[in-house]
Amino acid sequence: MPGKLKVKIVAGRHLPVMDRASDLTDAFVEVKFGNTTFKTDVYLKSLNPQWNSEWFKFEVDDEDLQDEPLQITVLDHDTYSANDAIGKVYIDIDPLLYSEAATVISGWFPIYDTIHGIRGEINVVVKVDLFNDLNRFRQSSCGVKFFCTTSIPKCYRAVIIHGFVEELVVNEDPEYQWIDRIRTPRASNEARQRLISLMSGELQRKIGLKVLEMRGNAVVGYLQCFDLEGESGLVVRAIGTACTLDKLSSPAAFLPACNSPSKDMKEIPFNEDPNPNTHSSGPSTPLKNQTYSFSPSKSYSRQSSSSDTDLSLTPKTGMGSGSAGKEGGPFKALLRQQTQSALEQRGGSPHRFCRRREFPFFTLTAFPPGFLVHVGGVVSARSVKLLDRIHNPAFVGIMGNTRSYKLLDWNSFNSDEPETRDAWWAEIRQEIKSHAKALGCHAVVGYSESTSICEEVCILSASGTAAVLNPRFLQDGTVEGCLEQRLEENLPIGCGFCHIPYDELNMPFPAHLTYCYNCRKQKVPDVLFTTIDLPTDAAVIGKGCLIQARLCRLKKKAQAEANATAISNLLPFMEYEVHTQLMNKLKLKGMNALFGLRIQITVGENMLMGLASATGVYLAALPTPGGIQIAGKTPNDGSYEQHISHMQKKINDTIAKNKELYEINPPEISEEIIGSPIPEPRQRSRLLRSQSESSDEVTELDLSHGKKDAFVLEIDDTDAMEDVHSLLTDVPPPSGFYSCNTEIMPGINNWTSEIQMFTSVRVIRLSSLNLTNQALNKNFNDLCENLLKSLYFKLRSMIPCCLCHVNFTVSLPEDELIQVTVTAVAITFDKNQALQTTKTHVEKSLQRASTDNEELLQFPLELCSDSLPSHPFPPAKATSVDYSSFADRCSSWIELIKLKAQTIRRGSIKTTVTVEKASPMGEGNFRNRSAPPCANSTVGVVKMTPLSFIPGAKITKYLGIINMFFIRETTSLREEGGVSGFLHAFIAEVFAMVRAHVAALGGNAVVSYIMKQCVFMENPNKNQAQCLINVSGDAVVFVRESDLEVVPTQQPTANCQPLCTEGEVTT
Amino acid sequence: MTSELDIFVGNTTLIDEDVYRLWLDGYSVSDAVALRVRSGILEQTGATAAVLQSDTMDHYRTFHMLERLLHAPPKLLHQLIFQIPPSRQALLIERYYAFDEAFVREVLGKKLSKGTKKDLDDISPKTGITLKSCRRQFDNFKRVFKVVEEMRGSLVDNIQQHFLLSDRLARDYAAIVFFANNRFETGKKKLQYLSFGDFAFCAELMIQNWTLGAVGEAPTDPDSQMDDMDMDLDKEFLQDLKELKVLVADKDLLDLHKSLVCTALRGKLGVFSEMEANFKNLSRGLVNVAAKLTHNKDVRDLFVDLVEKFVEPCRSDHWPLNDVRLFLNQYSASVHSLDGFRHQALWDRYMGTLRGCLLRLYHD
Repeated sequence: MPGKLKVKIVAGRHLPVMDRASDLTDAFVEVKFGNTTFKTDVYLKSLNPQWNSEWFKFEVDDEDLQDEPLQITVLDHDTYSANDAIGKVYIDIDPLLYSEAATVISGWFPIYDTIHGIRGEINVVVKVDLFNDLNRFRQSSCGVKFFCTTSIPKCYRAVIIHGFVEELVVNEDPEYQWIDRIRTPRASNEARQRLISLMSGELQRKIGLKVLEMRGNAVVGYLQCFDLEGESGLVVRAIGTACTLDKLSSPAAFLPACNSPSKDMKEIPFNEDPNPNTHSSGPSTPLKNQTYSFSPSKSYSRQSSSSDTDLSLTPKTGMGSGSAGKEGGPFKALLRQQTQSALEQRGGSPHRFCRRREFPFFTLTAFPPGFLVHVGGVVSARSVKLLDRIHNPAFVGIMGNTRSYKLLDWNSFNSDEPETRDAWWAEIRQEIKSHAKALGCHAVVGYSESTSICEEVCILSASGTAAVLNPRFLQDGTVEGCLEQRLEENLPIGCGFCHIPYDELNMPFPAHLTYCYNCRKQKVPDVLFTTIDLPTDAAVIGKGCLIQARLCRLKKKAQAEANATAISNLLPFMEYEVHTQLMNKLKLKGMNALFGLRIQITVGENMLMGLASATGVYLAALPTPGGIQIAGKTPNDGSYEQHISHMQKKINDTIAKNKELYEINPPEISEEIIGSPIPEPRQRSRLLRSQSESSDEVTELDLSHGKKDAFVLEIDDTDAMEDVHSLLTDVPPPSGFYSCNTEIMPGINNWTSEIQMFTSVRVIRLSSLNLTNQALNKNFNDLCENLLKSLYFKLRSMIPCCLCHVNFTVSLPEDELIQVTVTAVAITFDKNQALQTTKTHVEKSLQRASTDNEELLQFPLELCSDSLPSHPFPPAKATSVDYSSFADRCSSWIELIKLKAQTIRRGSIKTTVTVEKASPMGEGNFRNRSAPPCANSTVGVVKMTPLSFIPGAKITKYLGIINMFFIRETTSLREEGGVSGFLHAFIAEVFAMVRAHVAALGGNAVVSYIMKQCVFMENPNKNQAQCLINVSGDAVVFVRESDLEVVPTQQPTANCQPLCTEGEVTT
Repeated sequence: MTSELDIFVGNTTLIDEDVYRLWLDGYSVSDAVALRVRSGILEQTGATAAVLQSDTMDHYRTFHMLERLLHAPPKLLHQLIFQIPPSRQALLIERYYAFDEAFVREVLGKKLSKGTKKDLDDISPKTGITLKSCRRQFDNFKRVFKVVEEMRGSLVDNIQQHFLLSDRLARDYAAIVFFANNRFETGKKKLQYLSFGDFAFCAELMIQNWTLGAVGEAPTDPDSQMDDMDMDLDKEFLQDLKELKVLVADKDLLDLHKSLVCTALRGKLGVFSEMEANFKNLSRGLVNVAAKLTHNKDVRDLFVDLVEKFVEPCRSDHWPLNDVRLFLNQYSASVHSLDGFRHQALWDRYMGTLRGCLLRLYHD
């Protein structure tokens, strides 16, 4: 027994009324873990029951601890009929399994019901006693830390970055089981929630095992996704980057070779040896013993031709690096060789388990300094697959008998499933790898995978950024003293990553190269596209901005293979057009690089949607982008010429305006100094399209618009005209607003502490009459633009602010519906900081002084800053009335009324007191008053952000990942405020449940928060709707860095906060 | 292209004060959008009408969801669904419970029953306040009344504790509840010149001095005290007030009282002769009001009587406020020098409050 799980049910509050007669509830609680269930006593007739139960103890395997969620069900006791369920709470106890995270889960959890939503709260305490039995670390992977954050977590140091880990688990979707026809929607939803929770747990455990095999102790950039394949099942898949992390605050942090984690890890291979069989079948899917047991051929034969495309947008060179100039060439080759061998060695290492596929992929988007040597460009691959129906009569029989869907039972019957999915992904990853190789890169960073499913067609996509990495982070053991260290030191700061990793004389496609505008020693491409975040040391001119390419293509409705073929044929054109749009918009902004590029292709019944988002930047190292030239096809028509020149002028104006807006004013450098072999910076780019690894012939699609040297837009028909128009319709954000989809906004670094994370969802219905590509494009474009406009309007009170990590997701839930979901965070920044030079000087010295004292003073200051704003109301008045003050109060009140009456000019007069009016009251009042009625009852604030950091704060502890899946269903859609009311409430509830779990872990924020899925289905005729939401993030504890400075200035405002009477001052 | 669904959910719930006010005032979404357009917000922000419509809808939805919690403000503080900073929570509650002067004057002193609720249909056009807003305000009064009705202890404290209102608003509600409980008549034509503030002022004085709670200052056994300490007038006190009748019934006492007052005020009052001529009438009026308070009906007419018997006679003689104050002070104080009068404490409890009320009620 490696673990004892202890649960205590303390109390409930705000329970719903379950007994109409008494308006009360007789509540009790069932606590279930695995197959063991405990019950509390029934607490009669109360909406706020105090159970104060004993400790319920579960003795369980750590494997179960990782897989199973703790399930708490609140019920209403009924003597005569079945007990009614009030709702449930699922608690993932994983965070309690590693030593550095949370030690106890304790707090108020919303009681959730899939039909009614949140119904009250329950106070629960959960603890785990883990027995230190290292030999048990075989099936379980307790102790491996997981992070959603796609960079090295703030309070850790990466000792080694091992590389890619992936896993997937498949099961039948309970929603599609035959039993679903006879059970209630609630039972079905709960079965699904529980199953996904189980599958996530299993997946995480298996990934953890792989990490232990690699001798790592953590997974960073962990991304887990669900594919709801409908009839064919449910796939839960995850990717991540295995690392060996070292906690910075630990005293051993400076002894990387012999600190505790790596020591622990060294013992692990030992443990693996006695049990090699469990892994011999391939560690990625231990469940595939019965592979090919049935119909594998079918699933393969039905795969349609995969259209896999590679967006390699950047050219590259293989010139020498560093000051060594040409000598650098071989040096660099050496570097590459070493890294590659380092990667391969790990893969083929004989004393480790034979890894069939070793992919040098990293899900990280930001890296430790010096890690990223060169960036090649974006590599991506897509593949269209047909999902197969599962025919398994045996399975149905079993399910019918037991009425349970224990994961492992099911898998043994369908072991071919993960194999198929695994093969699909392996194929795509292989392709990505080969694309990266073609770009002269040995690794792919910022790697991600996604799917889009419509009926039985599924598009699998993978993309990343080809890169050359510094091997010193990849090798085990020695950290210092690498040969490459010297080389790295010579790399110029701020432009090194832009230098092409490729041999100039042997480029995979024609491209224009210039000498780097920063160091002037090496070659750089004219444009750089990447999927990663802007490296922190990159030299950037001006600010960045969000750039989106949006595209729709109609397709005929078709079945099975015909459908898949149609999609495959459309995909390359989509990619091409998305790329052209991105390039045009980038040029229009006067910028030369894209970061955080994410291209999403969504498949629907009768259309394909493409949405690419990225953050445009002007990199100082890259050449100034050329303008856009417009050329007409009919040169002799005078009025047409005029029109063309008019358009040209508009475009030029826009570019000039954007340059001003984003403060892009690169220093003028004469050509001689640069010594560029290419006199004009010109644009050329290419889309390299290859079939797959198997196809030898590589067909290329030239994206550079024929043989023209300059970047020319040819207007030969109305379509092209539309395109140019649409270029100019993108409205820049209102002044004071910036937006980007990366972690940090290039050019802004003076963040202030106010953040607002939000999710916005819009669904539009297309009128089926005007379904042309143009109309569709316009609708989609308007939808996105209007959504952004709404966001700017809603958040106007935060100006100046920046929308960071803007993440758009498009889905096509039905024929004529387009759904766009946006999650982002608005962060305020200090616009004036740069202007107030004198002030900043003083502040800086203050700051310096404050940081010295920080450690000492943080705690007490935190206390007082907390207590002050938590007095929102004036405390109870004194028992005796002072007449004079009372009269004053009344008279001033009447004055106020008169004032109001004048301003309102209406029949009615408000008695409302504005906060400002109440503010003049002095501090003295507070001292006289007793504690306010609500001072100690306010719920602790939990911040949420998609970023990996919290501005103005220091993350001191990671408490574990939050990975939650919820289903909400209603059969009274109209009564709940229609689709908007329903989804609004549901998303608010999801936020609440995330916050509650974080608070119970002892945290005060979620970082790297992401809403991975928001599947919304409605049936207004039946008054029904259903929604599935999957969110994840890292629960953390943060401490405000600015506590010290803020408190003295906040004190007066804090005092003003309560709404009080002015008259009291006179007493 | 039509928008099927359009929502925005922030981790911190966004509250737009202007939209909140429009919602509280009972405007429909389209009216609210029109009003916002008129406020010039489109020009300020460069937004479009569609954006404004979507924004207003969002806020209205949020407020609708919050309304359930606002009915029991402590729930708003404990709930987990909406993350709202405490200052914003306070603002939401305070504004939700705020009421219109015009409206409160219509229902002050009326029974907060279904019948009165039906009257709202008439009150709405009369006051120019939307029916929706009238209903909210009425329901607020009723809700507060129901919650504190059966409670012991200070009325204001109870209201503050259960509705988390600011001190001022809690006092206003105490007045409303007190008036509703005692059903004081405030709607008569001759009382129209009085504002809610005037009544609230009087209510507070009466709560402080004339209720059971006022006597229970000493720490006595709480169980021995009766319920509704602050809500109901002290019956025993009202009964005792009959004893004051001797001040006007006994002719000698009345004359003595008059001469004491006149001696003290001679030369100090601008309206001395009027006062002298009217003294007996005024004194009779004030004492008879006291003596009648044993009957519920007369309690209800307290303010009508005060205005009829004191305010109006003085006003018709153009007494300045300061003269009224001097007179009342002297009138109350002189009783202490009447040797034959034994109910000094009773007199002080009555007159102390009444003096405050009368001074407040004495204006145009």
